[in-house]
Amino acid sequence: MKRETMINALLALGLLAVPLWALIADEPFYITLATRVAIFALAGVGLNIAIGLGGLVSFGHAAFFGLGGYAMGVLASHAQSYTPMMEWPFLIEGSNSMPVIWITAVIASGLAALVIGALSLRTAGVYFIMITLAFGQMLYYFTISWPAYGGEDGLSIYIRNGFPGLNTLDPIQFFAITFVILGLALVFSTLLAKSPFGLALNAARQSSERVETIGITPYRLRLTAFVISGMITGLAGALFADLNRFVSPTMFSWQTSGEIMVFIILGGTARLFGPVAGAALFIALEQVLGGLSDYWHIYLGLLLLCVVLFARGGIIGTLAGEEARHD
Amino acid sequence: MTDPVLSVRGISKSFGALKASDDVNLDLQPGEIHALIGPNGAGKSTLIKQIAGGLRPDSGQVHFLGKDVTLLSTVARARMGLARTFQISSLAMEDTVLQNALLGALGAQGKPFRFFHPVLKDSALRDIAETALSRVNLLDHATMRTSELSHGQRRQLEVAVALTLNPKAFIMDEPMAGLGTSGSQNLTTFLDELRHEAPILLVEHDMDAVFALADRISVLVYGKIIATGSVDEIRAHPEVRRAYLGEDA
Amino acid sequence: MSLILLIEQILNGLQFGVMLFLTAAGLTLVFGVMGLINLAHGSLFMVGAFAAATVAGATGSFVLALAASLAAAAAAGALVEILVIRRLYSRDHLDQVLATFALILIFSEGTRWLFGSFPLYLNIPDYLAGPVTLPGGIQYPLYRLTLIAIGLLVAFGLYLLISRTRLGIQIRAGESDREMIAALGVDISKLYTIVFALGAALAGFAGALVGAIQSVQVGMGEPVLILAFVVIVIGGIGSIKGALIGSLLVGLTDTLGGVLLPEFFKLFMDNASATSVGSSLSTMLIYILMAIVLVMKPTGLFGAKA
Repeated sequence: MKRETMINALLALGLLAVPLWALIADEPFYITLATRVAIFALAGVGLNIAIGLGGLVSFGHAAFFGLGGYAMGVLASHAQSYTPMMEWPFLIEGSNSMPVIWITAVIASGLAALVIGALSLRTAGVYFIMITLAFGQMLYYFTISWPAYGGEDGLSIYIRNGFPGLNTLDPIQFFAITFVILGLALVFSTLLAKSPFGLALNAARQSSERVETIGITPYRLRLTAFVISGMITGLAGALFADLNRFVSPTMFSWQTSGEIMVFIILGGTARLFGPVAGAALFIALEQVLGGLSDYWHIYLGLLLLCVVLFARGGIIGTLAGEEARHD
Repeated sequence: MTDPVLSVRGISKSFGALKASDDVNLDLQPGEIHALIGPNGAGKSTLIKQIAGGLRPDSGQVHFLGKDVTLLSTVARARMGLARTFQISSLAMEDTVLQNALLGALGAQGKPFRFFHPVLKDSALRDIAETALSRVNLLDHATMRTSELSHGQRRQLEVAVALTLNPKAFIMDEPMAGLGTSGSQNLTTFLDELRHEAPILLVEHDMDAVFALADRISVLVYGKIIATGSVDEIRAHPEVRRAYLGEDA
Repeated sequence: MSLILLIEQILNGLQFGVMLFLTAAGLTLVFGVMGLINLAHGSLFMVGAFAAATVAGATGSFVLALAASLAAAAAAGALVEILVIRRLYSRDHLDQVLATFALILIFSEGTRWLFGSFPLYLNIPDYLAGPVTLPGGIQYPLYRLTLIAIGLLVAFGLYLLISRTRLGIQIRAGESDREMIAALGVDISKLYTIVFALGAALAGFAGALVGAIQSVQVGMGEPVLILAFVVIVIGGIGSIKGALIGSLLVGLTDTLGGVLLPEFFKLFMDNASATSVGSSLSTMLIYILMAIVLVMKPTGLFGAKA
């Protein structure tokens, strides 16, 4: 456990050190890379609450990532064209304020997670995997065929949204925002794992029957976890859209769901910093292998295959030893 | 006779052609240990599931604390104070012994939707959990991972979790199995006391324990209760001797 | 909406449905017998299409192309089963999902590396090209009609295989009791390889058949895979009969929804917005169908109890 804490601290410092170095060396590209790591890690922290703590293998978290992205896209596009989103029964204007967008993203993805979760959690195991996947695809096709917000082409936002007191167009300041949010999400997820809710949810993952016998309904625990998980991933989606100043249906695609899952597994399932390690490795591989070959996904696939078959604890599991999970 | 805490009235359950429960009547009086015995495959597990929830009888009712609970879920029955221990352990194996006991305390408290305060620092829950663990002599193992416990210790932990619920009745499914001689003697002494807190419906294969503890015994054979009575009555019952004890006698 | 158009769309839905069935059958068989969730099933669909397009390009023979699709997909399936999949049977679903996700990456990028990013084309042979006139004067493409016939024939063949042959008995035994088939002296690992290759061959065959009416390109397998998931969730995982009924339901719902929903919205909207709302909603229709089935029966129409 001690060793894992050390690895976690190193990861956090590393994620902070790279953009600071890049700032001094005047290499803004690496700041953007670190920002992507932080955002992907945040999406993974969200999913890890469902998979790691709740045992809910969701293959549809792209739905929440995409909804977060579109919350940003829709609000900001109305703000940039000065057209209200809705005039009746009451007036809703667009917005280019990050806090407003984040809250909208969290609420929208939370509501979607409530509906998708309420239906999907009636099932378990492989049905659950396939159903969450299918719901993700449903939103994907919906955004493609809904012409109002760019359809298949997506939406471009010309100016990054604002945060009071900060210049969000400065890469390091935008990185700072994502880094702080990631930090808060990690703290929240630690607290959650140790809380009464975390204890019950984690027990429900191991033995549903046990939790019922002590008078707690596993379904409600799981649905709550799924909603929290979706909200965090949705927030990551809003940040990702703001990073790129662009949203498109790709954010909803099943590959996105798969990649968020890959961050967790590369890093180590149910490990607090697993998503951080996994997202960092993913981005590093993309840069290094992507520079060597256009077909770097082959190598990513082979590596992932090896991790699943031979190194089941992921990076953190391999470095910190087999003892995992919550104490 | 006082009102029974738990009563099973005319329960029947079939799986296809197999009658797993056949018009079963059974009750549990305050302060008693009522043992349910029967050969393997007699339908004890099926009956327990219908009493504790999780399986709905085809006909008949289950009454608990004077209320018809036949259509209630396992969760609702647990909240009313019906505690159950499992034959095949259903503990959270990756968690520590203390966490399992805390989970029981959390269930009894009924407020699992708290997200920020560490459960290990909740002194109210901890008191309940630690008291329960010390009553079954597991407090020394509190920080151990449950998967590292012996089979007997897991049974004790099952009982401890049931204790944290402060229940109105216990249903215990073979708590003695895997305990060894001294272990089962300790548990026998413990259950002997426990019956005064809440009555126990005891499913058990260990006949020494059953004869030492039971106020009444019911014998289940092929889904039917063939006899209910005191230890002596059951020992003397010809049909029981033929159908069941015949194997040993 | 004319009756003729409606019948045409029903036939399109049937054609879509039977092709889905070919893909879903393998998926549900592999899950039923081996308990494995295989995301890379769509890649085998793609392998079949590429094999067919390559052989058709080289020889000009459509029949040879179809044979190549069966052989290539079965071979790829058997290879993947032996190298990777058999290590996953005892793992949990999360590991299976990730490992087969990794296989998709390898298959897709490998194919892109071999064939490039441009789509290949597989032409409908002359003897199947053009329309035929059905009773009632309906003109319908002969090739699509052939697909329906082939799909139904394969479904019937699969039924015979499973209900009448030795292999079928072993498969059915494998679904209910693994230890028993071991006790009967069946070589389980060989049986699993055969079942996996059989499922792969069906998917590859479907890929080739569909490849002639779409383009053959990297990534063509995944949309089909996801629809096949919807199909087997609706039909009940492990059930071939469920896969058939689920496929036809999904095929018909998707096709008819795309045509009928815009018409429906035209009843109370202007034409342009009715078309846009209707077609957006129709893309969601099969998922709504799936949600309804699950609310009624959480393990699908013909699924075993959880």
